[in-house]
Amino acid sequence: MRDTILAAVVTRKHSDKVKGMNSIFIVEDEEELQRTALLLSRILKAMSHDLENGVTILVQH
Amino acid sequence: MGMTAGFLARLYMLRTDYRNYPSYPHGYIIHLSLGAIAASLAAIALPALLEEEYTAITFLVLCAQQFRDIRNMERETLMKLEENTLVPRGLDYIEGIAKVFESRNYLVMLVALVTSGATIWGGWTWGVPAGLAMILFSRFLMRGSYIRNIAKVEQGQLHFEKSLLYVDDIVIMNVGDPAAREKILEEGIGLMLHPYDDDGRSVLNNLGQRQAMLHDISMLVGNKLEIGEQEWTPAARKNMETGALGIFLMPNEKDIACVIEAAKRTPVLESAVQKPLANTIGRKAAD
Repeated sequence: MRDTILAAVVTRKHSDKVKGMNSIFIVEDEEELQRTALLLSRILKAMSHDLENGVTILVQH
Repeated sequence: MGMTAGFLARLYMLRTDYRNYPSYPHGYIIHLSLGAIAASLAAIALPALLEEEYTAITFLVLCAQQFRDIRNMERETLMKLEENTLVPRGLDYIEGIAKVFESRNYLVMLVALVTSGATIWGGWTWGVPAGLAMILFSRFLMRGSYIRNIAKVEQGQLHFEKSLLYVDDIVIMNVGDPAAREKILEEGIGLMLHPYDDDGRSVLNNLGQRQAMLHDISMLVGNKLEIGEQEWTPAARKNMETGALGIFLMPNEKDIACVIEAAKRTPVLESAVQKPLANTIGRKAAD
C-alpha cells in the first residue's frame, strides 16, 4: 500500500480535474476541503498533499 | 591478570553504548559474561602454548565461532525492535552496531592476550601497565569517525513555496494541510550538511547513513512524530548539484544547538564509507 493514492478531495469548482478513482470527495469550499483532508489523513494514517490546482490527495507513505 | 584486563576492557567499552542500548540491564549482563568468557579464553591461550598444549588454539577458533553468533543475536534483536520504532535505525545502522558488538569481543581477547603475555614475561609490574595501555588502545581502535569529521553542520531555513517544504534550497516534501505548514514553520528545525569533500559527499549520499542520522537526532532531542500523522516525519534530501544534505525534523525541544550537536555526533556507518578520492579516477573526476 505504500505510496498509493488512497483518496482525493476536490472542491466542486474543480471537480472535473480528478477522475477514475474510487474515493473522490467533492466538497463545497476550501475550508471544507481542509477539514475533510485532515479527517481523512488521520483516519487513513495517510498524508495529505496539495496538488495546487484545487485537488488534495491522500497518500500513504 | 589477562582475564581481569579483558573484562575491564569490555566493561569500559559497554560504557560507550548509550546509543545502542539505552537501558537494557539484561543486554549488559549478556555482553559482560561473553566478554568474561572471551577474556579468560585469551588469557590462558599463551600459558597453554608455552606448556605446548596446542589444543588451546582450537578453543580460540571455537570461541570466534561463538562470537559470530553475537552479531546475529544483536541483528535479530534490533530488527525486531525496529518494527515498533517511529524513527527506525535502518538496516545499515543495525548491521554496523551488530558488527561492533562482535568486534568488541575480539578486542577483549587481544587485550587479555597481550596482558597475560606481559605478565608472564615481566610479572605483574609489567602486566598492570600493559593491561591499562591495551584498554586505552582498544578504545582508540574502536573509535570511528563522526559526521562532524566529514561535513559542516549548520542551521537551515525552513520555508514553504506554496505547498512545498524547503530547507534552504532543497525540496523536502509536499504538505497539503495549511495548519500543518504553520506548525512546521513554528516548531520544526532545518539542518544543512555541507560535505567537506567528495568522500563526505558519498557518505551523505547513503540512505542508511541518512536514516541513522535521523534516528540519532530523534533519539537525543525527541521527535513529535506520531502514528498516522505523517506530516511530522523527519526527512533528509540532498541537493544534487552540491551534494549538500537538507534535514527537516520536529524535535520535542526546539534547541538548535543541541540538534546540531546531535547531528555532528552521529557515527559514520562502515557500510556508508566510500572513498572515491582514494582512487585516481575519483580524484580526477573531483577536480
